[in-house]
Amino acid sequence: MRILLIDDSKTMRNIQRNVLGQLGHTQIEEACDGVDALNKVGAYQPELILVDWNMPNMDGLSFVKEFRKTNKVTPLIMVTTESEKVRVIEAIKAGVQNYVVKPFTPDLLGQRITETLAKRAG
Amino acid sequence: MLDPAYVTAFVASLQHVFSTMMQLPVQIGDPKIKSNPAPSYDVSGIIGMSGDITGNVVISFPIATAERIVSLFTGADVKSDNPDFSDAIGELANMISGNAKGMFAGTRRVTISCPSVVIGGGHIITRPKDIPCIEIPATTDCGNLVLEIAIAHCNSDVSAATQSAVSTAQA
Repeated sequence: MRILLIDDSKTMRNIQRNVLGQLGHTQIEEACDGVDALNKVGAYQPELILVDWNMPNMDGLSFVKEFRKTNKVTPLIMVTTESEKVRVIEAIKAGVQNYVVKPFTPDLLGQRITETLAKRAG
Repeated sequence: MLDPAYVTAFVASLQHVFSTMMQLPVQIGDPKIKSNPAPSYDVSGIIGMSGDITGNVVISFPIATAERIVSLFTGADVKSDNPDFSDAIGELANMISGNAKGMFAGTRRVTISCPSVVIGGGHIITRPKDIPCIEIPATTDCGNLVLEIAIAHCNSDVSAATQSAVSTAQA
């Protein structure tokens, strides 16, 4: 499965990559902000995207809105420090399927990824 | 004025982030007003806040402590001259501030900036005028650190970037 990780922090991308590796997912591309991600999705065709919210150049919410203009199918998980209910609702309305608040344990992130993929399959 | 609820939120957030990401307990010391603009230690992660609450928050460590904490956080041996070091410090500052914001923002509109990281002694962090800075010392098995909180409720929409600046000066 092709997975795209979008976060301006390399540390966070590495942590998420490790969790995905433990779940058996090794085909992973990375992007450092929304603009970088939009430039990559066409050629890479990710089947799952994990996206941070607060990033320079283009934030995660803007990426989600832009991505969803042409892709209503690929599941998106927002992984962010934004925890207020109004933010979660905003992200879901924009088109994310799941939401993980930082900090997170590897188990929690793994659970959310598994849930999201199970819903997609169902 | 600095609302004590902000201090409570940042303390809880610091402990939550360190415990969740690194399984590292944090013992909190007695808060005090910080009058000296020089940070306590040589590595500082800085986050600005803007909107209904403005100011900045700094997490500061001695270099050796920061290296131990970053190694725990990343799972790799990362020294302070590695670019991944400042990235990790910035991400820790981001999580601590973001988490705290979630606890006290409520209906207020608050934005946090992308983190800045300064490495090296002698740097000075300027803070918004008229906003007191509360210094919260803490200890961990990796060493000491300090959280410096200079934020206050504000009705004007002033960008955090225009309110705070970091300058370096040789000690």
